[in-house]
Parts: sequence; structure tokens; C-alpha cells
Amino acid sequence: MSTKDMMPHFDLFQPSDVENAIELLDRYGAEGWAIAGGQDSLAWFKDRVKRPVAVIDLKGIPGMTGITETAEGLEIGALTSLTEIANNTVIQNSYSLLATAAGRVASPQIRNIGTLGGNICQDTRCWYYRSGMDCYRAGGNTCYADTPEGQNREHCLFDADRCVAVSPSDTAPALVALDATMVVQNSDGIREIAAEDFFIGPDVDIERMTVLEPGDVLTSIKIPARWAGATFYFEKVADRATWDFPLVNIAAAIQLSGNTVEDIRIVCGAVSCVPRRLTVVEDIVRGSTRDAETIDLAAGASSRGAVTLNYNHFKIPLMENLVRRAIRDA
Amino acid sequence: MADNNRPYNLVGKNFTPPDIRAKVTGRATYSEDYRADGMAYIKMLLSPMPHALVTNIDASAALAMEGVYGVMTADDVPSFPNPGEQILSNEPNFVGEPILAVAAVDETTASNALELITVEYEELPFVLDPMESLFPGGPDAYNGGNLVSALRAEEQDEVENIGVISHKWTARDFAAVADGQLPMGEPTMDWQFGDIDSAFEDAALVLDETFVTGCNSHHSMEPRSAFSYWENGKCFVHGSTQSQMFIVPALAGLVGVPPDQLVYISEFCGGGFGSKGGAYAVMAVPAHFSRLIGRPCMLRVTRAEEYYLGSARAGFQGRAKLGFNAEGKMTAADVYIVQQSGSKNPFSDYGSAGGMVALVYTPTNMRFRAIPIGTNTTPCGPQRGPGQNQMSAAMEPLMDKAAIALGIDPLEIRRINAPDHDALTGGERRQKVSSSYMLDALDMGAERFDWASKIARNGERNGSKVIGIGIGQGYHGAGISGFDGLLRIMPDGKVHIHSGVGNLGTYSYASTARVAAEVLGASWENCVVEHGDTRKHLPWTIGQFGSLTTFTMSRANYAAAMDAKQKLQEIAAMDLGGAPEDYDLANETVFRISDPELNISFAQAAQRAIELGGKFSGAQAPDDIFFLTQASVGGIAGTGLVGVARDNIPLNEHVAAMTASFAMVEVDVETGNYEILEYVSTADCGTIVHPLGLEGQVRGGAVMGIGMARSERQIYDPQNGLPGSVNLYQAKPPSYLDVPSIMDVAAVDKPDPNIPMGMKGVGEPPVGAAVGSIISAISNALGGHYFNRNPVTPDMIVNAVSGNEQSNSPLQIFTQ
Repeated sequence: MSTKDMMPHFDLFQPSDVENAIELLDRYGAEGWAIAGGQDSLAWFKDRVKRPVAVIDLKGIPGMTGITETAEGLEIGALTSLTEIANNTVIQNSYSLLATAAGRVASPQIRNIGTLGGNICQDTRCWYYRSGMDCYRAGGNTCYADTPEGQNREHCLFDADRCVAVSPSDTAPALVALDATMVVQNSDGIREIAAEDFFIGPDVDIERMTVLEPGDVLTSIKIPARWAGATFYFEKVADRATWDFPLVNIAAAIQLSGNTVEDIRIVCGAVSCVPRRLTVVEDIVRGSTRDAETIDLAAGASSRGAVTLNYNHFKIPLMENLVRRAIRDA
Repeated sequence: MADNNRPYNLVGKNFTPPDIRAKVTGRATYSEDYRADGMAYIKMLLSPMPHALVTNIDASAALAMEGVYGVMTADDVPSFPNPGEQILSNEPNFVGEPILAVAAVDETTASNALELITVEYEELPFVLDPMESLFPGGPDAYNGGNLVSALRAEEQDEVENIGVISHKWTARDFAAVADGQLPMGEPTMDWQFGDIDSAFEDAALVLDETFVTGCNSHHSMEPRSAFSYWENGKCFVHGSTQSQMFIVPALAGLVGVPPDQLVYISEFCGGGFGSKGGAYAVMAVPAHFSRLIGRPCMLRVTRAEEYYLGSARAGFQGRAKLGFNAEGKMTAADVYIVQQSGSKNPFSDYGSAGGMVALVYTPTNMRFRAIPIGTNTTPCGPQRGPGQNQMSAAMEPLMDKAAIALGIDPLEIRRINAPDHDALTGGERRQKVSSSYMLDALDMGAERFDWASKIARNGERNGSKVIGIGIGQGYHGAGISGFDGLLRIMPDGKVHIHSGVGNLGTYSYASTARVAAEVLGASWENCVVEHGDTRKHLPWTIGQFGSLTTFTMSRANYAAAMDAKQKLQEIAAMDLGGAPEDYDLANETVFRISDPELNISFAQAAQRAIELGGKFSGAQAPDDIFFLTQASVGGIAGTGLVGVARDNIPLNEHVAAMTASFAMVEVDVETGNYEILEYVSTADCGTIVHPLGLEGQVRGGAVMGIGMARSERQIYDPQNGLPGSVNLYQAKPPSYLDVPSIMDVAAVDKPDPNIPMGMKGVGEPPVGAAVGSIISAISNALGGHYFNRNPVTPDMIVNAVSGNEQSNSPLQIFTQ
């Protein structure tokens, strides 16, 4: 086993526009690596687990940071720091769900450097995978977590497919709840992808967490005005109050009329490989008042279909409780 | 914390320790900050397997690389008896054990070279759980066994059979207990006092609980980096240790030189918490490599390596059967501890666990049994209150359970069982404590916490949140005797106090130096503390661990200062007439009590001491001081008036420090998270020496205890022995948001009779008091006794509240 903390050599490119970055990413293909804040990437490099030949640093590209109000809502550059998002008054006033979620990521130091794009695109925190084990996700043919002895307290309840890792992001559930759109550019042009479709499970591709392929750059995130000023709820449960990943988190956008839920989008994180939109909860709650019966029905239904591993059955009551709180306390 | 009102000029007063400025401004030089011409950087290859034999190493490709200076293997360094820590090993028994090292022009080159080295291993069976190792036919963590047999021999008074043996319980031992109860086969430690059987028969209440306490890392912020070079036959080592002089003989042994050929520099230590109390094997890697390649060598230990090599608190699988009479007095305790000892020599946590129960709860009758079993995990060593503080986590919720069952107030049951000055330690030789103000600490804390109104709120519900109230108690030994003190008064009138204790970060090296200044009547501004480098002629002193410094060093410095005082009085009598006892000290002068105008300044006296020579100048030293102190006295002889003495002040009692803590938590039963709303901690540390330092110790200890209570634990994969807590974010020490921003701390401030000014240690008990109070508070919020395990993580609380079974079986160790 090699000692850690000493990055191997790679070629570093610092392109000044997106086109140049895409050209470099195309040139290196699977051996290229786009880096933003580096809070995920650098740990991989220092551990010598991921070993790109070329690292393409996106931070020097103008226009990839900042928060802009548009006719349709809001557009946020993918390289905007999490601190800026947490502190932005427009986001705080109209889309506080995202500000709250961004403010619960990691620690202040990491939020100062980490970007929204990076937080969305970060790799899973499965500790076996992070240790450099030759698991399915790392291109091998086994899963160490989904075994009778596997230490899988943090792993998934839903949609396991050989791999049982979960999405670790706090902002991703918020963005799915806000019905955000990911703006992705590659050499073929620009395409927009609904946040809900941006994340992929192991059934689609076991070695990736998003639809991004080599040569793709996530340039910005659009948030529609549709949910501006709605009633929001975000909560993250973790072992520690800072610098920790969620055991489970929840993000909800609710349109209320009095105590009646006119519309709702509710998304749960860290229970599957993708932020899990709880459409069954939405169906139960939509059009109903926030009465105890509805809340209980919705909470109970939220975990339908969950398949527990040996050490994660607490996630079922925890998820149900968070759903309950999201509807009741929002 | 107010300064006390005793008649001291310095003791009990705040001051600015001499090393504060450098630390605050970042100018303090730690071992990895040193540089030298031509130096090489070392990287180590670590074992990927929990237990294996190295069968072949091929380093040819690495050695051929440009910039690589050499490869060092276990064959190039001394080896130590199994299962001792090795510098490098061909028989690794934990993931992360160093196999070999590469020295190169820089760390990248060294890391690249490591990847070209092929090591072949023969895999051996490994074990993480002592229960599995104790089961007939179970795997052994050491080569040749799972138990260091000397530990057993110790009980039988025969020590010829030192070595590793394979110790198994019988299948019957395992079958005899119900599921989830600790089996209790043959132990290695077994002592008792009184008659537990009849005490249990007569008890109004008997509890019988199986529990697990977590193994957690030390998280020293400064990894154990070391820098080394050789000059004129002497080996220079810059290291990170809590202790200074105490480690010299052991480090010299690791390096392979006589102690007087070792120069050891450790002016600052970025945290050790027990893991850097003594010399440790990896700090000798640069010294050996430097000798091998003829270059200064730097080993910067990484965060991950610090988790592999930086020690851990041993976990316990335990069982406590406790009997109480109707009034709440603990009349019987039958405690059994199986210690998950890690992969090297076990530390004595298990023994201290029994001592803690005997002294803190003063059971009238007690039996204690224990056994330390090796596991293929990070080597475990002392961590701040080793053994005692695990027991605080396990026992305090049981005290509440007993209180509830007997209808007694939780504070009252602790008061009823609290040790007084006649309390006795456990073990074969029961020893009286020198002083115990646990009752005072409980009462003082209860008053500051407003116990009556707080306990009335236990269980108070607000939405999903419930208030819980808890008390915790902590204890540790707090001082020993027999070490040396050394100081000199220079012809410029300055008092140089030589401190060999180390600088682990509590500033007690300085606050105990002030005891010497106090005796001499010297102003602190006129004193210089010499420390951090063996070339500064330091005396032989205890290491900085075990809550020992304040008591032990105050006594040694007192003894040296009394020696200097005697010499000053003799010089004054010689030059000004009269008898030595006609003179006293004040304002850096020795003056005639009957006529203060008749005096000699310290500066003049120092000059006279040099002229007089002999004992006055250090040319002649007492016979009973340690040889390293003799050498240091020799080094300063003739430069001033030398005060030097071994601490021979009588000490026949056990010095004990106590702490009580009170916590109010608010548990959210829907999320399993909780907030600590209020925290009060009161210490019995004898006379307060340094109020700010004391507050730092009690609060810092609380933070570590809160970590034990809520999040810190090592995890391992049972399938391959891989550790999963090798980053700060994985090992989870508490963050600033996990601890209360205000912690009310205070001390009883009553002197211990076994030391002239009454001070004793305080470093360790606040940890136990904290973990006990928090776990009790959580349990009480949930309506009673719950977990029998630490840490208590949110998933456990959610499971408890929702009626789910816990994921971890009652005896499971190393849980995520």
C-alpha cells in the first residue's frame, strides 16, 4: 500500500474559455480530468487512486461564476462557490432551499473553495470505493459493502444494482426539488438536462454518478422561477454538525394555499445513488391539507420499496421522519 | 475562574507562558519545519494486509530511479520482541504497518519509487473481535498468540514466561451465557475484596449489563513527523513528543546509541493525548536512514499514516454486575473487561478500568476480572484517561438506571457512593487516596448547574425535542514522586529553571517552573525556563502524561528550589555572619530576617557560588539523582548557583484527581441529533496552579469526552481488516458546532496534603466526566437506560425511538 498525500505527476491545463477546455477534455478523453474547486478531486489524486494524465482546471474560465437573474429565473455559474450561494440575497429571498442546502455542505473552509458544480458532480463517499478497493464502481467485479459483514451504515435503501453507494450531495436534492436545469456544453454544442435526469444510478453506468461524459463541461445551473418564493424545507442529518456527509437529507419545495398543499416537489438524499424524488409522497400530499393523517400517510409511503442492508435500516424511520418534518414544519 | 486567595505570589495566578507568542503567530518550529543541506525525504510502504509475512521484496527498479538515495527494510533496523512496535517489519499485523522506506530527493520521487517496489506477502489469518480470537480455534492477532503472557505471569508472581501465548476460552464459556451477554472465561487479571456473593444476595437491586466502549483515534493535529541527522557520532532527532527527557533512554534504544549520544529536540508538540508520551518506533526511521545514506533525513508523517500509526484508545467488551442496597449504596460490583488491545503490546486500560470502579463508586465488595486480547488493528496505547474514561462511559448510565429503580435522585446516588479522603484504590494492594474532593466537586457542580431545577426538566418535551439531564464522573491518578529538579541562578541575577518534562500543550512545564520561583521569592519576569532540547542541560523528569506533571514536577521543582534556597542561606551566613536559618529570600535577594538591610543579591550569590565551587556551583552533585541529571549538572557546573535535588518528599498514598460534570441535552427524537444546551464541569485538582491552563484542560477534556460520546470511533471491514476511519472526516472528532460554545468550568481548589503547595493533576478526569454526563443525559431524555455503548450515534437514537433493533449486536466492536 502506498503512503498517501503525495500527488503523482499530471499535466495541468488552465484554459481561458470553455471551448478550449472542451478541446482539451476531448483530446485526453478518459485520461483527462476537469477540476473545479478540487475538494473532491485533490483527495483522489493525493490518494493516488484516480490518476489522470491531464487535469483541466476550469477556474480560470470567465463567465462560469456568478449568479444572474434572468427572465426565466436564475442562472448560476457552475464554479460559483457554495459560500457565495449560501450568502446570496436573491437566493436567500426566493430560493432559500438552495441557500440552506449550500450552507450545510461540509465546513466554511470547504464551502469557500468548493463550487456548486463540484458539489453536484462529486463522487460517492462509499468508504470501500474511496479506499481504492477494486469494487464494481472502480471497474472491478465485487461490492464490499453489500455483504453480510460489510460496514454499510451509510449505504443505500433504493435502486441498488451491484453497487450500493449513495449520492453524498446536499445541494443536489435541493436542485432537483427546485426543478433546476443543468447546462452542459461539449464539442457538439450546448444541451440542457433536467436535474432529475442529470444523476444516474449504477443500472445506467456503475462508474459514473451523472450523465456527464468525457468532453462534457457543466457550465451553469438554471433555476426556474416556478418555485420562487415557495415554502421550503431542507434538513440534513449527520453524525457531526459540520464537515460531515448526510446520513439522510431532505429537500422540499411546497406551494401552499392556506394549509393546503397546491403543489410539491420533495427529494431525499443519501438513500440511493441519485437524489431520490419522492413522487409517491408528492401524489399523496398534493391537493391535501397538511393534516396529521396526510402527513403520516406520506411519511409511511416514502420508504416504500426500501431494501435494507445489515446496518442501515435506521434510514427508513429517519427518512420517514424527515418527510414528516418537511411537510409538517415547512 | 477566580485566582485563589492563598498567600502565593505566583501559584494560582495567571501568566503568559513563554511559548504562547510563537504558537499564536505561527513562528513555533515543529519537527517537520527543520531543513538541512543535502537532506533527503522519506516515504514509507505500508502493509496492505492485516496480518502477513513478507516473503520477498524487489526494490531494484526503485533504486535505479534518479533521485532515489536508498531503500531501507526491516533487515536494516533493529527489531523488538513480539508483539512490540517495530520500526519496520517483515511480519506486519495491521493494515498500515511500515514495511520499508525510501529516501529520495523529494517526497514525490520517494512516492513514485514506492510504486516500483514489489513486495510479496504470505497472508495470515487475522482477527478484529476479541470474542472471535478467544473462541476455541479462533485466529490470533500476534504471531504465536493473542495474549502477552507476562501479563498473566504478573498475577502469579512469576515472570520467566514472558512472551506471546494463544489463549482460548472453552466453548462452554460461550454457551453458558445468553445471547448478547459477555461470556467470562479465564481472565489474566483477577482480584477482589470483600464477599460479593453474599452482598449480591442481600442487595435490594442487582443490575447485570453487557457493554461495549469504542476504540477511537488520538487525532494529534501534528502528525508524528521526525527529522534526524548525525554529527560527530551523535544522533540528532527532532521529534514530536509530549515528553522531553523521559523518552531519551527509549529513543536512544530505538536509534541504537547510548543516551548521552542522543540530542533530542522537541520544543513544541502539536498534540499527543497520550500517543506521544513515550518514544515510538516510527520516530527512529529518519535516524536509521540518515546513518544508512549519510544525509539528514525528514519523515513527514501524513494524516492517513497518523491514523495508522498514531495510536488509539482500546475498546472494551465488558460486563458489570452491580448490587445496591435500598439506600443506593453500591454494595457489590462484579466487573469483567475484555480489552480489544490492537496489534502490539497492550496498554493497561483494562487494569485501570477496575481501579476506576473501585475508587469512584467505592463498592463495599468487588471482584474484577480482565483480559487484554490482541486484534489486527491500529496499535492501541494510552489515550487521555486510558481505561478510567471508558468506564465513565459505561458506568454512569448504570448509576442512573439504579437511581431510577431505587427511587433515588441521580445526584444523590453519586453523592452516596462518592470517594472521600479514606477511599481505597482497587487491585491487590489497596492504597488510601491522598485526597478526594469528589463530593465537593459534585456539590459545587450541582450548585452551578442548578441541579434541582434542571432535573425537574428531564423528559420535558417540546415538539420532537426532549430534554435530558446527565451527570458524569471522572478519575485518574494525578502524581508520583522521585524525579529530579534542576535550576541555576546566574551572575546576572536571572533564575534559569531547567524543565525536562516536555511541552505537550498544557503549559504545565511553565506553571510548575513557577513553583521554584515561588520558593525563591523570584519574580517571574526574572526567570527563564530552559526546555525543549537536551543540549539545554535538562534534569531527568517524568514524561508529560498520566495527569502527572503538575504534582510530580511541582514537587521536583520545589525540591530543587529548596536546595538552592539552602545554598543561598549558607552563602549569606558565610559572608554576612549568623546561621543559614537566620536568612530568608525576597526580591531576588537573600536577607537577614532580623535586619533585611543585610542582604546579598541573587547575582552576587551566584558569583560567590562559582567562586566556592563544590555543591554551590554544581561541581559536586547529589548522589541520588538520575545519571542524565548528573550529566546536565555537569554541563552547567561553574556557571552559577545550582539548585538540584531528587524529590524525596515522602509519598505513601495514591494521588487522585476527580472531576464531576453536568449536562443538559436536547434530543430530537425524529433525527437522532442532539444539542448540548448546558455543560458544567468541576474539578478536584488540589490547589489551582494556573487558572487559565486549568480551564483549558477541563474544557479541552470535555471536547474529547463529547467526541467519545457522540461520534468518534474506529471502523474496520471484517472481510479484509481495512480501516475505514483514516481521515479526519471519517474519524469524526467533534467540531466546534458539536460542543457547547459556553462550558462553565470550576475547581474545588482544596490542597492535597502530599505536596507542599497542594496541587495535583487534572488532565484526564474531565474527559470521563464529559462522556459519562452526555451519554447519561441522552439516555435519560429517552426515558432511561438504553445503549450500553459509546459513541451513541444518530442512527442508534433513531433505532431506539422507533423501536427498531439496533444494527450492531450487543458485543459488536468496531461499529460504523
